[in-house]
Amino acid sequence: MNFPGQAMRLKRSGVLGLNCRNGDYIMKFNRRCFYPLVDDKVLCKERLQEQGLAVPDLIGIVRWMRQAAQIDELLKGSREFVIKPAHGSGGDGILLITDRKSGYFVDSDGGLVQQADLEHHLTNVIGGLYSLGGQPDVAMIESLVHFDPVFSDLTYHGVPDIRVIVYQGFPVMAMARLPTRKSHGKANLHQGAIGVGIDLCSGITVGGVSGNDLVSEHPDTGSAIAGLRIPHWSRIVSMSARCYEAVGLGYLGVDIVLDRDLGPLILELNARPGLNIQIANRRGLCERLDAVDQLGMPNMTHEKRVEWACKTFGEHESDLLTLPSAPLDLN
Amino acid sequence: MSKHRQWIVLSLLLLLLGGLIFTYKVMWLGFPALPNVTSKAWTVQVRLEIQPEDGPVRVELKLPSRPRGYTVRNEIFISRGFGLTLDEETFRRQADWAIRELHETRTLYYRVTVIPETRQRRLASRPAKPQAPQLEEPFGTALKDVVARAREESADLESFTASILYRLNNAAGDENIKLFLSEIEDRSELVQLAQTFLSEAGIPNQQIHGVMLQNKIQRAAVRTLLAVYDGDDWLLFDPMTGRQGLPDGFMIWWRGDEHLAMVTGARLQDVQISIKQSFESALDLAFDRVELKNSRIGKISILQLPVQTQSVYEVLLLVPFGILVIVFLRNFVGLNSFGTFAPVLIALAFRETELLKGILLFILIVSLGLFFRFYLERLRLLLVPRLAAVVTIVVLLMTTISIISNQLGAETGLSISLFPMVIIAMVIERMSIVWEERGALTSIREGFGSLMMAALAFLVMSLDILAYWVTVFPEINLIILGIIVASGRYTGFRITELIRFRQLAGGRE
Repeated sequence: MNFPGQAMRLKRSGVLGLNCRNGDYIMKFNRRCFYPLVDDKVLCKERLQEQGLAVPDLIGIVRWMRQAAQIDELLKGSREFVIKPAHGSGGDGILLITDRKSGYFVDSDGGLVQQADLEHHLTNVIGGLYSLGGQPDVAMIESLVHFDPVFSDLTYHGVPDIRVIVYQGFPVMAMARLPTRKSHGKANLHQGAIGVGIDLCSGITVGGVSGNDLVSEHPDTGSAIAGLRIPHWSRIVSMSARCYEAVGLGYLGVDIVLDRDLGPLILELNARPGLNIQIANRRGLCERLDAVDQLGMPNMTHEKRVEWACKTFGEHESDLLTLPSAPLDLN
Repeated sequence: MSKHRQWIVLSLLLLLLGGLIFTYKVMWLGFPALPNVTSKAWTVQVRLEIQPEDGPVRVELKLPSRPRGYTVRNEIFISRGFGLTLDEETFRRQADWAIRELHETRTLYYRVTVIPETRQRRLASRPAKPQAPQLEEPFGTALKDVVARAREESADLESFTASILYRLNNAAGDENIKLFLSEIEDRSELVQLAQTFLSEAGIPNQQIHGVMLQNKIQRAAVRTLLAVYDGDDWLLFDPMTGRQGLPDGFMIWWRGDEHLAMVTGARLQDVQISIKQSFESALDLAFDRVELKNSRIGKISILQLPVQTQSVYEVLLLVPFGILVIVFLRNFVGLNSFGTFAPVLIALAFRETELLKGILLFILIVSLGLFFRFYLERLRLLLVPRLAAVVTIVVLLMTTISIISNQLGAETGLSISLFPMVIIAMVIERMSIVWEERGALTSIREGFGSLMMAALAFLVMSLDILAYWVTVFPEINLIILGIIVASGRYTGFRITELIRFRQLAGGRE
């Protein structure tokens, strides 16, 4: 491969690289003092709730080893829940429990988990196995999201989610992340989930990426990926934009899930969102980030920002729906 | 200064500072830029044989002072029974030996090492204008005549001096010169004669004495050169040939009309100068020069530390090079490893085990450790005790491997003790997590990647030239720091990203 030539081509395409993301955006616009707000999922959840943003309900927090043994008290009969390390990263250490059967827990793969295994997992989380630098952590137990059937053909177990990159409060790019058999029901691209580009204005999916490769259909279900209209899209974009005010980070990844009954819920925020969203959308981020920069940090309400982003970054709906794959609009 | 550009300034300053110190040490102090360089040096010895006469004895010996192109060091005076005082002036150095009574023939020695040097020094101090010599007739008229004729045939001071020397050496047909030559007994007095002519012309002049440095000379002759001052610098002429310039290998010893050695109260039986060439480590010579010049910058070197501390610092000073490799591999190539700088620490262990054996031992210990780690997982130990258990297991494994390999007579097994056990335990822990979360393949691939990074860091850190540089030029790490600071602001693509984003390279839509 001709490396300098390739670098020039990527630069022309406006692709954002890791070094550039870290040096020119994260270090510049994400102030350290705001990091705890997103790195600690418990704090983050509280802050988002204060701002009136919808999040999955918190069932409880396991802070000490002793509590791990008394998990039943905490669960208060919840049959389905998610255990997350409050300081986890990259989706590590997240355990989904979808049911309980005669003393066993059922995980997202349908496997049976013993109470002892669950306790061990909790102690691992508390011990800091999944946290950055191995610091002691707490385990957060939150209610399981019943995902909207819009993704049922495009998901192998687990919960699919939507990632929106918000720059200076402007939504600039979005994708859906679909769990696969390979990702064990987790919506993390590093673990094998599929990333699907979404048109920022209409919420229609455009195409997918698995790892670093383009895909047009889900590897486990075989359904076409493009042309799907995601419900509640305007709410999703608007919620993402409001996160900017909530946590004050200039370059932010907002992860949203669609609940069947509750609509879009903010799952977590990310101060260092990954770059695969560019592959999923088949376009680089730089151009859009520059467009926001050219506005010169205007004092706009989140409605105005969303409106501007929709106008600037959106495609024509008709173009999106005439893609080869059949539209799959369940709304 | 804008905040965004400060890194450039800082980086350039560091590069400049490191580069300047390095250059200063190489160019001015003569530190060899490459290891194992020897420099030519000469040992010059003067032997004076004194025969007693009456009363107190005083011996004066001219010492080499500011020879152009050379430095002197290690001056040794052997003079049993004599009192020694040194008389030091800028262009005139002299040893004075004295003894109240001398009963037998005595030999005095002076020995010095002469090292070539690049620095150009002034030849002698600024002179005063000479007085015109007052000579009896017919010498007075002949002198004026010779000077006038030489003036006519020359354009400047250089050609005038050359002309005078030519006339002295080729006197045939010149009655004036013959008159002067008839008065001198020895051709060596030719120099004084030439000086007379030059002084008449108002040209400052003096004699410069020295020896030719050649190998294995038992009895070196003192040669005298004629120096004339052109108002700016001294020009040297060989009085016999008229050739201008300092001859190659000529070491200036003393200046003026005096002799090398002067003795009062005794008879100087013999003066013998012997010269011998020697090769000395260029590094030792450089340190001697540092001592001579009392250069603070020259003393920045870990070779000034106690030996056992030196070897520690040699390793420590090499670490930034390994770190630089990691920075390059992570931020420019885009590879990841278990633990940011763990590969560097593993690479340090390879220094003791050799690369291939080191890699094998590392793989052996990590795979055994992983095996036990998976067993521990089943026991559901809490995190910190489990990590502690892994460290302990690693220590036990290392001991076992050492004992077994010792019994088998393989020495390499012993060096395993140098592996950073805590780092290895952390690698095992991280690998087992990745193993469970992302699969065995990813885990082994990443572990192998870390090992390759360690191997590369090792290969860089084991370059002999680097080991030499950090020992003699620790300031080289300022340069490394400058490079690291600059690379911290590299926001271009990583090589792996060129592949990762290849789908986007075709331009937009």
